[in-house]
Amino acid sequence: MLIKLTGGAVYDPASGIDGAKQDIYIQHGRIIDKPTGDFKVDKEYDLKGKIVMSGAIDMHTHIGGGKGNIARILLPEDHRADPVARTDITRSGCGHAMPSTFVTGYRYAEMGYTAGFEPAVLPVNARQAHMEMADIPILDKGGYVMLGSDDYLLRMLTAKKDQKAINDYVAFTMQAAKAIGVKVVNPGGISAFKFNQRKLDLDEQNSHYGVTPREILQVLATAVKELGVAHPLHVHGCNLGVPGNVDTTLDTIQGIGGLPMHLTHIQFHSYGTEGDFKFSSGAAQIAEAINKHKNITIDVGQILFGQTVTASGDTMRQHANHKHASPNKWVTMDIECDSGCGVVPFKYKDKNFVNALQWAIGLETFLLVDDPWRIFLTTDHPNGAPFTSYPHLIRLLMDRSFRNDMLATLHPEAQKMTTLASIEREYSLQEIAIMTRAGAARLIGLHDRGGLSAGNWADITVYTDNADRQKMFEKPDYVFKDGELVVVDGKVVHTTWGTTHVVKPDFDASVEKDLQRYFDRFLTMKLGNFTISDDEITEDGRGSLTVHPLKGNVA
Amino acid sequence: MAEITEVPSPFCGIGTDDLTIQVDGVALKVVKNGCAVNTPAFEQAITDTSPRVEGKEVSLAVAVAKAAALLKNTNQPVIGGCATDVNGMRALLALADRSGAVVDNMNFTSARNNFLALQDSGWMTTTLAEVKNRCDLLLVVGVDLEASSPRFFERYLWNEESMFLDDTGKREVIYLGQAPSGNASTSPNGQKASVFECANEDLPEVVAVLRALVKGNPVRVDSVGGIAVADLQAIADKLLAASYSVVTWAAGVLAYSHAELTVQTLSEMIKDINNRDTRSSGLPLGGKEGDQTANQVCGWTTGYPARTRFSSGYPEYDPYLNDSNTLLANGEADALLWVQAFNTDAVPPATNLPTIVVGRSGMAFAKEPEVFIPVGTPGIDHVGHTHRMDSVVAIRLKKLRESGLPSTADVLNAIEQAL
Repeated sequence: MLIKLTGGAVYDPASGIDGAKQDIYIQHGRIIDKPTGDFKVDKEYDLKGKIVMSGAIDMHTHIGGGKGNIARILLPEDHRADPVARTDITRSGCGHAMPSTFVTGYRYAEMGYTAGFEPAVLPVNARQAHMEMADIPILDKGGYVMLGSDDYLLRMLTAKKDQKAINDYVAFTMQAAKAIGVKVVNPGGISAFKFNQRKLDLDEQNSHYGVTPREILQVLATAVKELGVAHPLHVHGCNLGVPGNVDTTLDTIQGIGGLPMHLTHIQFHSYGTEGDFKFSSGAAQIAEAINKHKNITIDVGQILFGQTVTASGDTMRQHANHKHASPNKWVTMDIECDSGCGVVPFKYKDKNFVNALQWAIGLETFLLVDDPWRIFLTTDHPNGAPFTSYPHLIRLLMDRSFRNDMLATLHPEAQKMTTLASIEREYSLQEIAIMTRAGAARLIGLHDRGGLSAGNWADITVYTDNADRQKMFEKPDYVFKDGELVVVDGKVVHTTWGTTHVVKPDFDASVEKDLQRYFDRFLTMKLGNFTISDDEITEDGRGSLTVHPLKGNVA
Repeated sequence: MAEITEVPSPFCGIGTDDLTIQVDGVALKVVKNGCAVNTPAFEQAITDTSPRVEGKEVSLAVAVAKAAALLKNTNQPVIGGCATDVNGMRALLALADRSGAVVDNMNFTSARNNFLALQDSGWMTTTLAEVKNRCDLLLVVGVDLEASSPRFFERYLWNEESMFLDDTGKREVIYLGQAPSGNASTSPNGQKASVFECANEDLPEVVAVLRALVKGNPVRVDSVGGIAVADLQAIADKLLAASYSVVTWAAGVLAYSHAELTVQTLSEMIKDINNRDTRSSGLPLGGKEGDQTANQVCGWTTGYPARTRFSSGYPEYDPYLNDSNTLLANGEADALLWVQAFNTDAVPPATNLPTIVVGRSGMAFAKEPEVFIPVGTPGIDHVGHTHRMDSVVAIRLKKLRESGLPSTADVLNAIEQAL
């Protein structure tokens, strides 16, 4: 079947196309060049006056794994307010803060998203993360495996093992957990909390291993780079949410010494201690550092007002933040000498000084970072806000008067503590397309997604231009996934199953011998039962694996 | 004859995965690392291989068609048992979604004691590897741990080596309430567990006093539930002195009304200890016959644990109103589908309603159901996934033999297709 999308204004930053009217041809799920000679178009869509982008990619969203399921089970009252009924083609479920898996897929697709990446896959919980993601329809998915508080790595650092040995372990774990990236959360801090440490600064030692967060970041960022993994080490830094953590974050950027590093939900790590409330915006300093250090990428983790739930691997900080739980119930879990998780419901309020300033700090960051290829649009779903708030966030970025009208309603002291009102920048459609498509694909290393040139998979979203960008982005006219029409006028019309994106970095087989001994001595399962087999992803007939090339390895 | 090693068990809940099993045709023999729970569960012979309708052997297709026909003409079907693997639960929930059924895991009334506490105030918990390597004091509340999980102590307390303890034999074990039935909790050094017995019905008072003592609140009685307050004070002192205490309980044996308040008091006590400059965690037991699996899969599919109805077209959770036993007793249901792939003794509740059983081969019924479809057991007859009691670890189950029995998922998907 040959499909032609005719006459839309194409925003395809991957090819440098910025709003030019172009036709797009689709065959066998992929975008192709205009066929030569005689050809027959089986289905044509007239897109005159429409805007065409590739399907959006959420590079950091908590959509699979144990902590999300704890969040679901913790909040029946939140689901009751947003029941989702079954239709002839879709499953029932629940929505709002932490939607059910099926609803996650439908609602992302209905906003024009075609891929989402779970950033916190615990090695020991990876199986569940993949099983949950296997029940998310339409979207492609993938995960970043979480290291940095696992006993094996910390033990290696204490023993001063060489970088090669660490690389082997990282590569093994990525393969065993079926990951496309590596994440570190509060480096060494999740472990430290188990030893009753309640805070851990960048140069503070874990009391048992004598290892500092800085050392952990260094070896993991090096491992990711040396293994050729496209996605830089994905870092949830020290001191999340702590006033004054802007200094920690700046030190983290400086300290990595030019290695590629992605700082996630940086809004939560950009706080100063100025002002009457000893809480201030560090966004300008952070943006300046990002603009200067080309090795650094960030996503924002914007907060938006309303009820949500925070789910994080950072037990140390989640435990400290339980005082703010709303409603007042929360969970922490120490997990398998590997990691942990903490789930704390939050209600962000516009009349609360701290929340209002958090909102402004996120937006300042978006607007003060110059290069849209190095900053990504996230709310750290569901931590800052549910992903369904993205169209609203896009309008805040693209519409200064809307933004300033909102700002004027916030806590008055917070308004005095932000420069937001004076920032004139408005994001362009092309910049939005970079942040949510081309840039995200490049950052993760998806070699045939996020663009509209021939050879890419046909993940395509079509919008009607509308000065109200929220309305425009919340209801695409059409969404195609792998060339199949899945959404019309913002409603799912057909469901498909996406693929799971992974990389397979090489490792020396000797690491498995050491690990086998280690598992037998200390852990609760056999190494052979820990490793996830390809079958586990594919045997249901819906799932598939897509292996992406490593850097320096591209054909 | 083949020998399969590193076999994981879906039966004991504690993720035992070091069994060695001999396979001779369809006969299994546990030759290494068996226990009183796992060995009989693995070795149980296949008897039925053929589905039955009204007691007569029929083909799978006929049985599936009959099951679909029974479900089609119902107003409020109930799917009970829910004891299967992840794929079985996926299929079960798809069928429930389509047929507007109530889904109710057979252990939910037990698990409810945990869910009510969790959904009201939350908790701090841990997992088995943390227990194995870190726990220096285990407080067992109201449960005879070794009876339900015979290898718990061998695997997770008296392990020879641990990451953070020099001598695991020096760990302390304290029982509160139910006394242990054997000596599994005695350390290799011969150190016996301390036991402070009381009736489980007295646990609400006993744990309330223990929590008060942990918080340093004055207590004006000398004994509670037959236990001296001085003894409880000693336990409180030990909890506060330990580096990483673990408090474990089994929601199912807290079989008195509002036992969720006992779980809540324990969970809040653990939070209190963590506010007193040391660490402590809870370890709720469970995970048997797929109960964690049922709740996890129902959790990600609907947002709610596995006592959820689909009769409005979307999932609605109610831990009381959706109790299948109540629905059956009150005449609020008009058909029962019972799914139990692990345990032939776990037969459906007595009912005169049309009943479909998708069950482990060998189930014996007081009253023959309208439809019985014998299925394979996950981890024996087909591969699959199950969740351990600590919920965070999902285990890949192996296929050990070629029995020809369909999986739960095969059967339930076929019924859904036939609707």
